[in-house]
Amino acid sequence: MDKMPAWADAVLVPLISILLAAILSALVILAIGESPLDALNLMVEGALMRSSGWGYTLYYTTNFIFTGLCVAVAFHAKMFNIGGEGQAMIGGLGVALVCLFIPFPHWSIALLVATAAAAVFGALWALIPAYLQAKRGSHIVITTIMFNFIAAAVLNYVLVNVLRPQGAMDPATATFPAATHLPTFQEMFATADNPLFRGSPANVTFFLAVLACVGFWYLIWRTKLGYEIRAFGHSESAAKYAGISPVRITIVAMLISGGLAGMMALNTTMGEAERLVMNATEGAGFIGIAVALMGRSHPVGIFLAALLFGFLYQGGAELALWTNIPRELITVIQALVILFTGALDNMVRMPLERIFLATRRRNG
Amino acid sequence: MDFATLLQVLDSTVRLATPLLLACLAGLFSERSGIVDIGLEGKMLAAAFASAAIAAVTGSVWLGLLAGVVASTLMSGIHGLASITFRGNQLISGVAINFLASGLTVLIAQDWFGQGGRTPSLMGSGRFEPITLPFAQALSGVPVIGPIYAELISGHSILVYVAFLMVPLSWFVLYRTRFGLRLRAVGEAPEAVDTAGVSVVGLRYAAIVICGVLCGLAGAYLATGLQAGFVREMTAGRGYIALAALIFAKWRPWYALFACLLFGLLQAVALRFQNIDLGGITIPVQVMDALPYILTVIILAGFVGKAIPPRASGEPYQKER
Repeated sequence: MDKMPAWADAVLVPLISILLAAILSALVILAIGESPLDALNLMVEGALMRSSGWGYTLYYTTNFIFTGLCVAVAFHAKMFNIGGEGQAMIGGLGVALVCLFIPFPHWSIALLVATAAAAVFGALWALIPAYLQAKRGSHIVITTIMFNFIAAAVLNYVLVNVLRPQGAMDPATATFPAATHLPTFQEMFATADNPLFRGSPANVTFFLAVLACVGFWYLIWRTKLGYEIRAFGHSESAAKYAGISPVRITIVAMLISGGLAGMMALNTTMGEAERLVMNATEGAGFIGIAVALMGRSHPVGIFLAALLFGFLYQGGAELALWTNIPRELITVIQALVILFTGALDNMVRMPLERIFLATRRRNG
Repeated sequence: MDFATLLQVLDSTVRLATPLLLACLAGLFSERSGIVDIGLEGKMLAAAFASAAIAAVTGSVWLGLLAGVVASTLMSGIHGLASITFRGNQLISGVAINFLASGLTVLIAQDWFGQGGRTPSLMGSGRFEPITLPFAQALSGVPVIGPIYAELISGHSILVYVAFLMVPLSWFVLYRTRFGLRLRAVGEAPEAVDTAGVSVVGLRYAAIVICGVLCGLAGAYLATGLQAGFVREMTAGRGYIALAALIFAKWRPWYALFACLLFGLLQAVALRFQNIDLGGITIPVQVMDALPYILTVIILAGFVGKAIPPRASGEPYQKER
């Protein structure tokens, strides 16, 4: 028998964890001599009260949806993919190569081909750790961490020695051709007398991210492959007994995971910078861990968690602009969210379970 | 490459290997007790900041060192709470600690010193000065051995010597004491240790504290020995290289020394020579940067001997009820 009703597990536990993280974050803000309420006001003002603020919030949200889904797929197969960052870097390389060297007639075709390139490059970068885990038992966490660093070195080499235009100083590719420019929210929604989303980087990739959420739900809960991934995640031996190949599931799950991480690069590289830069991932690969944990590896949860982190990211930038609180506050909040929803899960869960058991005993 | 250049490269190898070695031994104690620790990076960073900040405020590097060790051990405590007491996921806890340190150090540094997330530069007694070993001056005239003694062996700060002494000490503790036997046992078969009436929780917390202290030394050396002050993200992936070295060494102290020296050498070479020209073929500096990680993946893949972690590592221990 379950100790807790399903709604408590899905909603109450994460909410309490977030509340704990929020209280600690407020204490941190107090400790550096600022007012947490003022800070929250400023963040809401900057991220949600203006359409341009929303433009930034949704831009960050797009990144975090992709990387959150990336971590979540691996979680369903009981693997921990810390390599989202590296997979996204290499995905960005795929986007850049396609955009730079194929003359596209229209952005929609460019987006389709670039999506495929990003996914394939990201997936291939996840393939080696996946193969080593499946065939040789090398721990996927360690190998994906190592592959993050290797990806950074590869990207550094390619940007400095190969793709940098002649005479340019900073390690980045040339600007992509105008035909690959993706429509931003401003271009899609703003009218002459209603200038919405002015200057903000949110673009059509956001809808791709939402689509990915739907696709993720369908894959995990409505297909045979999704069933196999979840079965493998719950019990490897049972899955094996049912004729599911652990090697195949490990590799396929990681390929999907890496592909999703790679697709994140569409938003930053093709949607925003319109060229490939060194720090194109902006740490989003790691935030995906917090997003997936908080969203309980479910697309609805991931969407909401990504939105929250998008808000925090944009709000944090506003804080850094107007107050003495540096952007790193967001890193602290992110750490606390990971700590409470991931590592200290039992600390929240055990007392709750006791309460639910006690009330049930009294009623029964 | 002449003899003097070689000496310089080896000298910086020793200095760059020191934080790796301390962090690697820290991870060794933790992982041998069954607690996987990918939070070495965060602990070093926290210690680097705390030591530099306190050294800058008090002017005493020893107080700084103490603060660094305390900060790192506190981080260890969080890891212990999550992974031992609440039986949480040790990997996720490690990730959280890395971010916590990365964010908090800059946040506090900005609040205290207002210099964009760094501490003021340390001077005089705020730093660990190089120690000149006896007769270094007198012997430096002797060919070959003299310069090696005077430049390579003498003239490092005290934490370098501490780090290298930690290798035989760790070996002795792990393989020649009762505590070490139990520590290794708890990483392989905690239920057996429990049956023998020894506290699994107590042993693992002890390992975590040792890990915290060693990471504290590593971080303090970074900020007060290798460099003069704290800058944001100054560990620059060293915690992960130490983790790589630990796997490379297959969780053994003496091999850890060689792995750290190798990775230190790679860093030193990458610093000294940007692109290496090997008769027509140029090795770009990025290859040197990536080499520790590539070597570790190869080792992990089991192509050069198999790296088998302690059997119970990563698994929280639940007493039978």
